[in-house]
Amino acid sequence: MAVDLSAAARRARVDPAQALKDAALAALLAFGLFLPLIGLRTVQDIRNELTLETRWPLLFILVAIVGVGRLVYSLAIYPWLQARLARPAAPSATTTAVSHAFARWFTPFALGFVVVYPILAIALAGQQGALKWIDNFGIQVLIYVMLGWGLNIVVGLAGLLDLGYVAFYAVGAYAYALLAKTFGLSFWILLPLAGTLAAFWGILLGFPVLRLRGDYLAIVTLAFGEIIRLILINWVPVTNGYAGISGIPRPTFFGIPFNASDEGFAATFGLEFTPLYRTIFLYYVILGLAMVTAYVTVRLRRLPVGRAWEALREDEIACRSLGINTTNTKLTAFAMGAMFGGFAGSFFAARQGFISPESFTFMESAIILAIVVLGGMGSQIGVAIAALVMIGGTEIMRDLDFLKRVFGSDFDPTQYRMLIFGFAMVLIMIWKPRGLIGTREPSAFLKQRKAVSGALVREGHG
Amino acid sequence: MTRAAADPVLQVEHLTMRFGGLVAVNDLSFTAGVGDITALIGPNGAGKTTVFNCITGFYKPTEGRIGLRHGNAGMWQELNGLTDSSRRSAHRADGALFLLERMPDYLVTQKARVARTFQNIRLFTGMTVLENLLVAQHNPLMIASGFTFLGVLGLPSYSRAEADAIAKARYWLDKMRLTERADDPAGDLPYGAQRRLEIARAMCTDPILLCLDEPAAGLNPRESAELNQLLLSIRDEFGTSVLLIEHDMSVVMEISDHVVVLDYGVKISDGSPDQIRNDQRVIAAYLGVEDEEVERVEAEVGL
Repeated sequence: MAVDLSAAARRARVDPAQALKDAALAALLAFGLFLPLIGLRTVQDIRNELTLETRWPLLFILVAIVGVGRLVYSLAIYPWLQARLARPAAPSATTTAVSHAFARWFTPFALGFVVVYPILAIALAGQQGALKWIDNFGIQVLIYVMLGWGLNIVVGLAGLLDLGYVAFYAVGAYAYALLAKTFGLSFWILLPLAGTLAAFWGILLGFPVLRLRGDYLAIVTLAFGEIIRLILINWVPVTNGYAGISGIPRPTFFGIPFNASDEGFAATFGLEFTPLYRTIFLYYVILGLAMVTAYVTVRLRRLPVGRAWEALREDEIACRSLGINTTNTKLTAFAMGAMFGGFAGSFFAARQGFISPESFTFMESAIILAIVVLGGMGSQIGVAIAALVMIGGTEIMRDLDFLKRVFGSDFDPTQYRMLIFGFAMVLIMIWKPRGLIGTREPSAFLKQRKAVSGALVREGHG
Repeated sequence: MTRAAADPVLQVEHLTMRFGGLVAVNDLSFTAGVGDITALIGPNGAGKTTVFNCITGFYKPTEGRIGLRHGNAGMWQELNGLTDSSRRSAHRADGALFLLERMPDYLVTQKARVARTFQNIRLFTGMTVLENLLVAQHNPLMIASGFTFLGVLGLPSYSRAEADAIAKARYWLDKMRLTERADDPAGDLPYGAQRRLEIARAMCTDPILLCLDEPAAGLNPRESAELNQLLLSIRDEFGTSVLLIEHDMSVVMEISDHVVVLDYGVKISDGSPDQIRNDQRVIAAYLGVEDEEVERVEAEVGL
């Protein structure tokens, strides 16, 4: 082994001639690729004719970047990486102590932070600035945290790949919107009702897919999501089609509306009216809902039903040999996941005041699934961090005005979010193939709680 | 008369299993006695695992009847009445009778209390050893947790039930010498320990009949001898009847009370280990026939 390492180290010290040749080759390759892609450009002129425009300077810059980059990589970065790998990675006592302290204090600290977040936002950004930070950032991220936790039950714990999760989000949102508008019921009555309806649809989806596994299950759940969306578009008398439903009643503070009237929240409590109160109230509502989701999931994992979900993910046949009714187990997983999706949906409708089928496209399902996978399947903290990075990242990108100074005024960073997500996902999957939190917390222990390595945990068969 | 015939816990009659044109098991009848270790042996591909899958409900037999009784031997009187009815089981104060071929796999374990292990070990590798044993106690814990509703609220009755479940798991861990590894993932255990854990997991479902599919496969001679002791103690301490498929003849001959031999899906012999050892058909099935006999048969058919 030692011989191998020294050989690798010797190889790592590449001779400059070899590196130069390598860099030239890379530059040549880049030139070949970029010549048609970047060097030549077709432009439609005023007479509607296609003309060919050349962009030699840009082409030259890009080829130079590739060539120089390759040179720097083979001369500096690669030897450095090799040297780092060769050094034995012995975790020192201090780093283990730090990681222990991190594991111990992260959750309470994060909880404390999200509770005081609106106050912090107001203190730091002022009343006007805080509105954006609480609403666009805080509430938006928490909705996706909740959706991620809901889907985590189905995908992360039970191991059933669900590509149509947004359907339950839609059911919850439309259930709240329609029932609130038609019957004038309050948010707090409709919230559990919307959750129940979504759970019912979860079971409805569960039945036909009980026998399906893997790719087949994914396709059918994908189709289910599309069916719900198409129904929402085409059942115009009820759902108002593409136009969506507007004027959805907003939630009230236990009967007191958030408006500028004399009966409004601000007047009742003798405060000056500002839209901030409603936003702060909504923030705490979604925070409470997310906390309920987290608490219930943590409890369920320690109950027989939660263990049965995980056992189902590990080995369905062994489950059946132990007398576990796998049908019920799958259906409860679908129903539970769907219920939390329904809660989030009804909150979404109440917060927006307007919903349309456009909010419930497959893209949403994909984002929620990406959050679960990036976070580490089954890990609640991982999912929360992934939601913060993915959704919070998008929102922050809207504010990166300095990028406009670099790339010109018509550069819109949000247009590149999918590209950046793609990069982020590929990088995370290379470094942490099991997600940000790749280990599994056991649900019971005899002497000592030891995290289970992700390598042993199965991803489920469907 | 053997105990198997006098007082059976399991009675397989005219069992036939066809997969398309392939007859895996053909008109097989045998019984397993209460408190006996019954071995099912035969060359590779004889249909032993198929029989197991029929008994444990993983396959629905093409034809045949599989009866299992709890409690009093008198329950067998109910067998024909139960068969004529459309019910799966008959219950009396002194016992119960089940028709396993009518039951889905999970009910065979849950209600009829037949537990099984698998030829290629099927543990929940990403769960700890303790969790594996807790999953096996799913059904009693499910009731204790009020089908989850009471458990979510964190009522003390569930905590007590879970403590009992852990105590039971602890008993089996001690018995299997796995206590030290209780909090490690099951997939990290060495092979022999995984085999023991799978048996412990099956025993945690409180079975009347324990079906073991090649429990000694891949074990070294010392582990194999330990397995013998373990199976004898399961039989003697818990009164659990054991049905096992085995290739390791040292296990079969030492501990079985009764041996059933299959070849090409047909029963070729049935009796005590001593009878089996001297049965010409069994010897022929395992070792092939002697050369002279081959010559004689070849001469008959004119080769």
